[in-house]
Amino acid sequence: MLTIGLTHYLVLAAFMFCCGIFVMTIKRNAVGILIGVELVLNAANINLVAFSRYQVGNIDGQMAALFVIVLAAAEAAVAIAIFVNYYNNLATIDVDRGDSLSG
Amino acid sequence: MVFVAGLLTVGWAGPAFAQQAGDDSSCAADKLVTEPGSMAEAVAFYVVGGAAALAALGCVFSVSIVRMAMCLFGTLGCVAILYFLMAASFLGAIQLIVYVGGTLVVIIFGIMLTSTSPWVRYLPRRIEVVAGAVVCLTLFGALAAVLANTDWGPAWPGVEGFTVGQIGEALLTTYLVPFELASVLLLAAMVGAAYLARAERRGGDK
Repeated sequence: MLTIGLTHYLVLAAFMFCCGIFVMTIKRNAVGILIGVELVLNAANINLVAFSRYQVGNIDGQMAALFVIVLAAAEAAVAIAIFVNYYNNLATIDVDRGDSLSG
Repeated sequence: MVFVAGLLTVGWAGPAFAQQAGDDSSCAADKLVTEPGSMAEAVAFYVVGGAAALAALGCVFSVSIVRMAMCLFGTLGCVAILYFLMAASFLGAIQLIVYVGGTLVVIIFGIMLTSTSPWVRYLPRRIEVVAGAVVCLTLFGALAAVLANTDWGPAWPGVEGFTVGQIGEALLTTYLVPFELASVLLLAAMVGAAYLARAERRGGDK
C-alpha cells in the first residue's frame, strides 16, 4: 500500500469515472452534465498517463492524454454554445424541459 | 486550498530528491519529483489523490452549479499535480493552462450566460438518484476488484519522464496525422461555436 504503483492510479481513475457518470445521470442542469463529462475525460487521462509511466514506458500514453485535453476543450466550447442557444429558446437550462419532440 | 496543500506537499518532497549529479538542465529528462517507492511519494499521492476524490464527490453532491464548477476546478488542479507526480510535467502544465485556464473558464462563462435565479434548484427525482447510485457503486466496486486483482506483468522500472523536445518531435513525426486533424477539428469547433452563439438579428434575419 505504501509503494505507489499502477493499481493506485487506476482505482483513483475508476472512482473519478464513476463520479462522472453519476453526475451525468442525476444532474438536470445542462452545464452540470458537461461537468460530468469532464470528470470522465480526466479519469481516462489519468489512466493513460499511469499506463505510460508504470507499464509501457513510451510516450504514447502522454500523447493520447494530450489529444484528449485538446478534444475536451473543443467539445466544451461547442457544448456551451449549444447550451446558450437552448437557454435562449426555452428560457431554462433544465434538460427535462426539452421534451417538445417526445410523445 | 487543498490544491495549494497538495502543491506544498509535492514541493516539500521535491527538493530532497532534485539534487541529481551533474545533469545539464538544457535538455535534462523529466526527473521524477519523488523517488519511486519512497514515503514522500506515497504521502503525496494519498493527499492529492484523496483531494481529487473529495473534489469529485463535491461535484456529485453539490446542488448549486457554481459550487460544482469550483469542485471541478479542484479536481482539475489535483489531476495536474498527479501528472507532475507521474513525471508528465508538460502534460501537467498543459492541463493547468488549457483545461483549467480554458475549458473551465468556458464552462463558467456558460454558467453565467445560462443562469437563473439562485432560488431555483433543479433536484432529480428520488428514483433516479437511487438507481444511479446503485449502478455507479456496483460499477466502481467491480472495477476496483478487477483492477486490484489483475497481474499487470513486469512493470517499467524507468525513473525518467519525457522532455518537451521529445513530445514535440513525436508530435511532428509519429503523431503528425492526429496533430493536423486536431488543428482542423479546432478550426471547425471555433467556427461552429461562433456561429451557434452569434447574436440574432432583429427581424428574423438568420
